Amino acid sequence: MSEEDNITGNAPHVNESTLLEVEDLKMHFPVRGGVFSRQVGAVRAVDGVSLSIGRGETLGLVGESGCGKSTLGKAIVRLLNPTGGSVRFKGSDITHMWQRQLRPLRQDFQMVFQDPAESLDARMSVGELVAEPMVIQRMGNREQRRERVAELLDRVGLPRSAAQKFSFEFSGGQRQRIGIARALAVNPDLLVLDEPVSALDVSVQSQVLNLLMELQRDLGLSYLFIAHDLAVVKHVSDRIAVMYLGKIVEMTGADELYRNPRHAYTKALIEAIPVSDPSQRRDHEPLEGEVPSPINPPPGCAFGHRVSAPGYEESIGMDISLKEIEPGHWISDCPCCVSVQPAAGIIVS
Amino acid sequence: MSSFLEIENLATGFQTERGLVRAVDGVSFELEKGKTLGVVGESGCGKTVTAMSIVDLLPKPSGEVLEGSIRFNGGELVGAGQERMQQLRGNEIGVIFQEPMAALNPVHRIGRQIAEALKLHQEMESRQALQKAVELLDLVGIPVPERRVLEYPHQLSGGMRQRVMIAIALCCEPDLLIADEPTTALDVTVQAQILNLISRMQDDLGMAVMLITHDLGVIAEQCDEVVVMYAGRIVERAPVEELFANPRHAYTRGLLASIPRLESERKSELRTIPGQVAAIQDFVDGCRFCQRMERGGTLTRTRPAYEKVSPGHFLERCPECAK
Repeated sequence: MSEEDNITGNAPHVNESTLLEVEDLKMHFPVRGGVFSRQVGAVRAVDGVSLSIGRGETLGLVGESGCGKSTLGKAIVRLLNPTGGSVRFKGSDITHMWQRQLRPLRQDFQMVFQDPAESLDARMSVGELVAEPMVIQRMGNREQRRERVAELLDRVGLPRSAAQKFSFEFSGGQRQRIGIARALAVNPDLLVLDEPVSALDVSVQSQVLNLLMELQRDLGLSYLFIAHDLAVVKHVSDRIAVMYLGKIVEMTGADELYRNPRHAYTKALIEAIPVSDPSQRRDHEPLEGEVPSPINPPPGCAFGHRVSAPGYEESIGMDISLKEIEPGHWISDCPCCVSVQPAAGIIVS
Repeated sequence: MSSFLEIENLATGFQTERGLVRAVDGVSFELEKGKTLGVVGESGCGKTVTAMSIVDLLPKPSGEVLEGSIRFNGGELVGAGQERMQQLRGNEIGVIFQEPMAALNPVHRIGRQIAEALKLHQEMESRQALQKAVELLDLVGIPVPERRVLEYPHQLSGGMRQRVMIAIALCCEPDLLIADEPTTALDVTVQAQILNLISRMQDDLGMAVMLITHDLGVIAEQCDEVVVMYAGRIVERAPVEELFANPRHAYTRGLLASIPRLESERKSELRTIPGQVAAIQDFVDGCRFCQRMERGGTLTRTRPAYEKVSPGHFLERCPECAK
């Protein structure tokens, strides 16, 4: 995205009900080398991402591993300090706030991690785990917190007696419920869910997804839902952003994205999903290659480079930014990956 | 072509602090040459233990085959002895594990790890084996294979490591490939590449594949026949079209209904299977899905018969779960 775009404020979908606005966010990690460990390069994990999330909305974020989607989630909740760009939450700029300034705001945005077994301290009881965010935020006294823990356990479908047990005594699905209860403890408005159901079995996965959708309805929560399972993301999201090598390449309504994908990468991702119906078996050529290294990205369009797209040469040196081609449908403005004709315009049946 | 892998009434158990637990409890199925058998089920249902029983890779000394028989190419594998099993593994049966980083040796170069199997089973010279390793890497779609053979596992991406695993598993052109969640840790795009590769190799070599996965989409795309396991037993087994079109067991139906599909309505409530699998030491003798559904009485006391209900379609005939 160019400098001018930043000044005019080109973040997609901004209106008064916007909860989170991310503009041109960059998260680079230094690569050090040589005798004096000087910086010799940078991993551009997130490289100019703009998005917004409205109240009560779910934005799905998909992409292959290494595309920077988890890093983006962590940078948004300020578990990382962004290199550039801005994150505005409820109108206030939190991009460079000191941790002490940030702490009171933190109760409004919480994160749920993929592996509850690793993100929950095994030495704390479930009651202590769920109460901890309230202790940090100095919410209520001991008695009130105990009551709130019981309430939260009810809310996520765990027995109240769970408070006295330890997280390892529970199954994967139940542990994820504990993780969700903990995130909900401080009444947040936004949850960043990083692969919340990827580690779970199908039958348990649907239980947790139902819980997340129910909580959103009842509490008016907003979600940034990060996952690699496209069917899951489509089911829970209002809008979906597709990320590739640190950048968003396409962003639009969830149904629209699957009905009318415009970027070649989105199409390839959708193609690759196995269809759970043996009568619809297809013979397709899978997408070749892998996501290139973010340390030394190709000079032009990163996806065009991977698939050796015919128009790739054209994209070298171009400033590829997100462009709104139809109301609410944003797509990276790259000459080699974007079909000019919408697919639906050709096949009219 | 007759079945060349026949498993009959297999039971595998582990000695634990709480006594003997039966992770696989009376499982029977066959696999024909050139076919792909999918094994689905949730974690802990015994699908991996079944596979590891075949190649005798159970953790010793706690795990052992308790009863039943495994016949492969006409010979009995249960109690076959170390020498026979070593000759079998990597030669007649190739194995791919879920996490290639754990299965590859981190301190040996890729080329050496492939060549090892060739030298052992095909009695090749080092030079020749290394040459063959380069060819194999090329075959499984690794670019610049002559450079990759000199690299170590950590220098490769997850998808590349899984390709190396496939190269090792296939180097001796096995009759059977056991793939235990080969794509679970990978992205959809890389998953499609790996599954495509396995199908191509299968066509070329005419081998049979036992594909263990929890992803019903992968099953639908890849398999000829499916075995559905629950709590150490097979509850249903059928040709893939039959299973998806006409699932008979309540657990199979529940599994199929609970996956979100691209065509389903967004944010609609997903079907779920209530409860959870009982802990292994608490498994009842009777229908274990009834146990999950908290049904009592004779249902959970007597083991339901496992019978053929139509050609190729087998079912655990619990009066409640398989009406």
